[in-house]
Amino acid sequence: MKQDICMAYCRTSGKEHPNMLNITDMKKDVESIITNTALTNEQAAMNLSAVPFNYVEFFETSSAFRELLEAGCVCTMTEGNATYCPRYTLPDYEKLMREGCRFLRLDPPKTLFEATQTLEMFYRHIPSVTHYPVYLGSVDKMLEPFMDDPYAYEILKSFLIFLDRTIPDSYCHMNLGPEATKAGEMIVEIQTELKNAIPSITLLYDPDITPDDFAAKCVTCALACAKPSFANHKAYQKIYRTPYGIASCYNALPIGGGSLTLSRIVLSRLAVRAKDSEHFLNDLLPHTVRVLCEYIEQKIRFLVERTHFFTSNFLVEEGFLKLENFTGMFGVVGMNECVNTLMEKEGCGDRYGYSEKADRLAQEIMEKMTQCVMNFESKYCDCTDHHFTIHAQVGIDVDYDISPGVRIRIGDELPLYEHLEHCAKMQPYFNSGVGDIFPFDETAKRNPAAVVDLIKGAFSKGMRYFSTYSDDCDVIRITGYLVKKSDIEKLDKGIRVQQANAMWGYGEVKNARIYERKVRNL
Amino acid sequence: MGLRGSKERPYLRKEGTKPLTLNTDKGMQRTEMAERPKVLRAAVNKILHHSVVDGPGNRAAVFFQGCNFHCAYCHNPETIAMCTSCGHCVEVCPAGALTLQNGKVRWQQELCCECDRCIHECAHLASPRTKDYTAGEIMEEIRKDLPFIRGLTVSGGECSMQRDFVVELFRLAKAEGLSTLMDSNGSYDYSKDEELLAVCDGVMLDIKAFDEEEHKKLTGQSREMVLKNAVYLAGCGKLEEIRTVVVPEFLSGEETVEKVGQMLEPYLKEQKIRYKIIAYRPFGVRVPYKETLRSPSAEELERCKEIAKSYGFSEVVVI
Ligand code: SF4
Ligand code: SF4
Repeated sequence: MKQDICMAYCRTSGKEHPNMLNITDMKKDVESIITNTALTNEQAAMNLSAVPFNYVEFFETSSAFRELLEAGCVCTMTEGNATYCPRYTLPDYEKLMREGCRFLRLDPPKTLFEATQTLEMFYRHIPSVTHYPVYLGSVDKMLEPFMDDPYAYEILKSFLIFLDRTIPDSYCHMNLGPEATKAGEMIVEIQTELKNAIPSITLLYDPDITPDDFAAKCVTCALACAKPSFANHKAYQKIYRTPYGIASCYNALPIGGGSLTLSRIVLSRLAVRAKDSEHFLNDLLPHTVRVLCEYIEQKIRFLVERTHFFTSNFLVEEGFLKLENFTGMFGVVGMNECVNTLMEKEGCGDRYGYSEKADRLAQEIMEKMTQCVMNFESKYCDCTDHHFTIHAQVGIDVDYDISPGVRIRIGDELPLYEHLEHCAKMQPYFNSGVGDIFPFDETAKRNPAAVVDLIKGAFSKGMRYFSTYSDDCDVIRITGYLVKKSDIEKLDKGIRVQQANAMWGYGEVKNARIYERKVRNL
Repeated sequence: MGLRGSKERPYLRKEGTKPLTLNTDKGMQRTEMAERPKVLRAAVNKILHHSVVDGPGNRAAVFFQGCNFHCAYCHNPETIAMCTSCGHCVEVCPAGALTLQNGKVRWQQELCCECDRCIHECAHLASPRTKDYTAGEIMEEIRKDLPFIRGLTVSGGECSMQRDFVVELFRLAKAEGLSTLMDSNGSYDYSKDEELLAVCDGVMLDIKAFDEEEHKKLTGQSREMVLKNAVYLAGCGKLEEIRTVVVPEFLSGEETVEKVGQMLEPYLKEQKIRYKIIAYRPFGVRVPYKETLRSPSAEELERCKEIAKSYGFSEVVVI
């Protein structure tokens, strides 16, 4: 039953093809949602709102696209064709702090209490693919001017609890740093104590700016509740002309914009069709990239030109979001399996991560893909010079035997330094988000500075994004988002939990061996 | 692991070489030989590529073979003495990883199943699983770790017994931007060695017992030099950490922590010194001590911690 819900939710994910106006199937989808005791009312309503989009098309897709979609070589990420708001929005919250918001009749806040209230009210109106805000802003910087409040601790604590209880989705992402601030330190301390799954947090980390003790404090928090993650600020800072933020899983996108849409290429399935590496690189890959880019462009034009968002949403009208700050994301999954399949086809046993030859092929694939994506010009996406941006997609719950992005598959992890070097080699291809996860056993808690040293080393070599947790945490990172192991246990027994994407975590644990991820002992 | 060309080299010291003295390898026939007639070599028990318990941050750690103390509670007693090549372990090795060649034990790492039979059977408190390294070879061995580590710690055995080697190794480590720490039993007179302290960023010093009789009972040596070193090193800002292993009944742990606190109190106002209080654990300890010594309770450790804290140690860690 629970798996049915996931399937209904992912009807257009690529495993299932859009089933045009099949009322019987639609009824089944609806029924499976409204009878599922593991869903809260809100979760049921949101799942229901996605159902019609799996049965109707608003623009004509090409036959080449439909063929690739049916074969699962590309996937539209549950968006459906009639997307009516951008997938990821990163509103300019500093403008909110500075000027307030006319539509919501909010004045610029003058105290810490007002500031957190203003944010709470504003967050309630931020749309995204999840219907919740996927970006909460650089909350430390926004709150720092008000931190002389004698009740700062109580106010921040209740703010964080409010977020956890009202945004039941850990794709919502708060940013901290790179500077250490009083607000940032306090948020990290409170999180370490609360151990909530929501929100996700990323420290924009630059060893030249972020003090070592603040970085170590963030590691301590991550070893207690799987966040913050660390983003390579030096590297990400250079990507867009305007400031960036980390949203949703780990997506690096321009503030005041975001991403209009995301579709992905499933490399592992495409590789099955290849005669050999040459065929894959010179034929299948360019074709698939072009077809998928055309589809992404169609969807973007539909969203921009035929829906209400960019003409009437207050966030756009008041300048919190600007069309020119939006891009389109081209997602990639299954590199590990793709490379291994191609190597097998060439008759050699070389494996991704374990052989120079296999890794070189992976790099060639990324170079070719980048070139093909850059060859496509979009009418929009000004902030990325009218090109789409490449993203290491973390997978969806129904993926089986498809590793996220360019990650080495769970069970095949390399020794720690080699694994970090491998990340440093593969991650720089991804401008709009990539990452890997390194769980540690409890010895790391005694020396969080040691984990900071690892991050410093990996970032200096080019790694973009590092996440960690401790094997004794309740909150763990699934692929990009956080869930509580205790919630997964409840879902397994059919008991509902408040967090919406715990359901996705449940699917991943069943299909992607998340609990078997290698725990590093230092 | 895997040291380039190491297979052609003898793994072990020449027979009869005293453990405390430094070795020159007459068998070396590499280019270094021409430039440097005397290449220092040291017997190394183990190299760790990442360690979070041998000083601040993530570090590489080199464990030398050979110690001049004989502590009852030593949890790796196989690092105490040098192999005499008596050949006994060769007979007990179930994997055929040990052979006697020209009167010396040879260890083939690729065959070893790490069952530890050899070290349990060795009556000399030695190990056949050591390798002789030059300082340059150690640096090569850890070259790949450099981006991920902030420093290098030498431990043992007793690292100060390899003083010349350590100076050379630390010079190379400093050139790579690594911080350098020694984990020492304090038997070496640091006050007379400016050259060593010039390349050593700090010493993590064991103070096993403050009472002279207790110290002798445990280590077979006087505590005089240890205490002198603690004060001297604190005085020149090179005392990184004090370590005391708590063994109830056998040693007066609380008294040691108290006295060390009193002794170092004047320095603690100006500098950060960590106190690491270590619970005795029977793991790896040799008989008969294994049966007679007792691990401390959480409360006993907590009392030591409170005492250390009261003197103002920058950080008191209980492990
Ligand atoms: S390690 Fe011990 S048992 Fe083996 S040869 Fe050396 S001294 Fe003898
Ligand atoms: S640990 Fe010692 S006894 Fe065991 S296989 Fe290795 S060399 Fe042989």
